[in-house]
Amino acid sequence: MSAADTGNEPLPSLEQQRIAQAREGRWRPLPLIRSRHWRWIINLSVLLYVVLAWLSVDVNWSRVAQGMERGQAFVASFLQPDFTSRGGEILTGLWESLTMTFTATVIGVALAIPVGLGAARNIAPLPVYFVCRGIIAVSRTFQEIIIAILFVTMFGFGPLAGVITLAFATIGFMAKLLAEDIEDTQKEPLEAIRATGGGWLQWINYAVQPQVMPRLIGLSLYRLDINFRESAVIGIVGAGGIGATLNTSINRYDYDTSAAILLLIIVIVLMSEYLSGYVRKWTQ
Amino acid sequence: MLKLTGLSKRYDTGDLALNDINLTVPAGQVMALIGPSGAGKSTLIRCVNRLVEPSTGSIELDGQDITRARGARLRQARRQIGMIFQNYALVERLSVMENVLSGRLAYVGFWRSFLRQFPSSDIQQAFNLLERVGLQTMFDKRGDALSGGQKQRVGIARALMQNPKLLLVDEPTASLDPKTSRQIMRLICELCREQQLAAIINIHDVVLAQQFVDRVVGLRGGELVFDGDPKDLSPEILTSIYGEEDWSVADDNHEEADAPATASVDIAGAHP
Ligand SMILES: Nc1ncnc2c1ncn2[C@@H]1O[C@H](COP(=O)(O)OP(=O)(O)OP(=O)(O)O)[C@@H](O)[C@H]1O
Ligand SMILES: [Mg+2]
Repeated sequence: MSAADTGNEPLPSLEQQRIAQAREGRWRPLPLIRSRHWRWIINLSVLLYVVLAWLSVDVNWSRVAQGMERGQAFVASFLQPDFTSRGGEILTGLWESLTMTFTATVIGVALAIPVGLGAARNIAPLPVYFVCRGIIAVSRTFQEIIIAILFVTMFGFGPLAGVITLAFATIGFMAKLLAEDIEDTQKEPLEAIRATGGGWLQWINYAVQPQVMPRLIGLSLYRLDINFRESAVIGIVGAGGIGATLNTSINRYDYDTSAAILLLIIVIVLMSEYLSGYVRKWTQ
Repeated sequence: MLKLTGLSKRYDTGDLALNDINLTVPAGQVMALIGPSGAGKSTLIRCVNRLVEPSTGSIELDGQDITRARGARLRQARRQIGMIFQNYALVERLSVMENVLSGRLAYVGFWRSFLRQFPSSDIQQAFNLLERVGLQTMFDKRGDALSGGQKQRVGIARALMQNPKLLLVDEPTASLDPKTSRQIMRLICELCREQQLAAIINIHDVVLAQQFVDRVVGLRGGELVFDGDPKDLSPEILTSIYGEEDWSVADDNHEEADAPATASVDIAGAHP
């Protein structure tokens, strides 16, 4: 019985050791990597890599000191944001951004729904699945800025390029998350509605949609929020909106106006945060 | 009414779940399908409405071969077959009324169902059924606001909304307390008799089955091993269906001797 803990056996295996220890009330979860040897090697190499990586970063400390001053000026201007002297431009920029955001989100979500349905393995046939996953991959591969540069080149400066960019990015984001949500739906209701003999669209409408709707609404609001923030960024590369206004003010060293714009963006993002929390509760 | 000929099902995993089943269910007959876990009961009834594709054999419904039916013809066949599930399979975010009306999907067009504009005769029928199962005040409640027994009643109403000729019932009482189980079982069997429906009811509770059904079919390891009157179910026949090991009790000595060995095997097995 107590062969393992009296040490009669020459080389007790790890299991026997653990059993003996557990019998005495000592137990630790199994380590991820079993060999103590390898644990050390891996830990040391990670440490070594961090040190080498740090040493390889070339920091120009005098430039950092200079930059700190400019940064301070920038931060200081937050204490005295100037909403008025460029008020008209700010308003136009904001309005343009909001319009871009709404249009792009609506178009993007509308296009993402069929793609998402096609990308859900449990409801789409294999060829459709591959095509839709392909669309998602393409849309998600490129960062918004890169897409924006492409579309600005294609459609010229202004909000049209912005709308197309954001809609394009929205498709990948929404379709991927929607497809995952569809794959997580309960199987039984799906079977039950199929067993009634309803058609495919009825099946989607009665069995799938009720299960994914709350998340679809929540994600759309979240994407609205992301699109608004992105609209500020892609404006910098010429896709219109508040980003363009922000870019102009920074180029003019007009940090007071930049600060006003950034504060407004923060306020709008906060508002959408509260709104989406409220809507999510209501859709549950 | 329903005729299965040489029906076999081998899953992709290689499990032979059904092996050459021949079975005929006449109109209006309520049949219980019993057998141990894994015998293939669920597979059998799912083959009938083609939620599972049979590997070989044929399924005839009212003289029509539906084994390879597709598209509209398959939906046409499915709407004649109501199905009731062990875990109710309600769409929980839809209201009770929507769940019941979903039994009419194959009878109405997409836009009608999308806009929830069902014909008033359908709504009347839904209400009458809800009244029949005792839920006439609940139709605006959401599916997830009901108790298990209530959900199962909604499931029954949904299946009957299809005006089916055949009901497939997969362990309707397995998640319910004994009293509710009897009520549900009685309800299903009464409704079948009222409407002259044939039914196949998968059930583990043999005593409950014996009380309510016209015929019992026993399945074991995917093969049909008993087919007869509920009265004829003797202990010997039950043993032939469920097997000796299910009745036996493990003896203590054996277990004690086994314990340390099992422990070491467990740890070794979990972390190979
Ligand atoms: N989707 C599936 N894929 C692979 N094998 C399956 C699948 N469904 C069932 N099986 C196998 O088919 C056999 C019969 O399963 P089935 O669910 O029909 O049994 P059952 O009689 O309904 O059991 P229970 O009484 O536990 O519900 C089992 O061996 C099971 O492992
Ligand atoms: Mg089963």
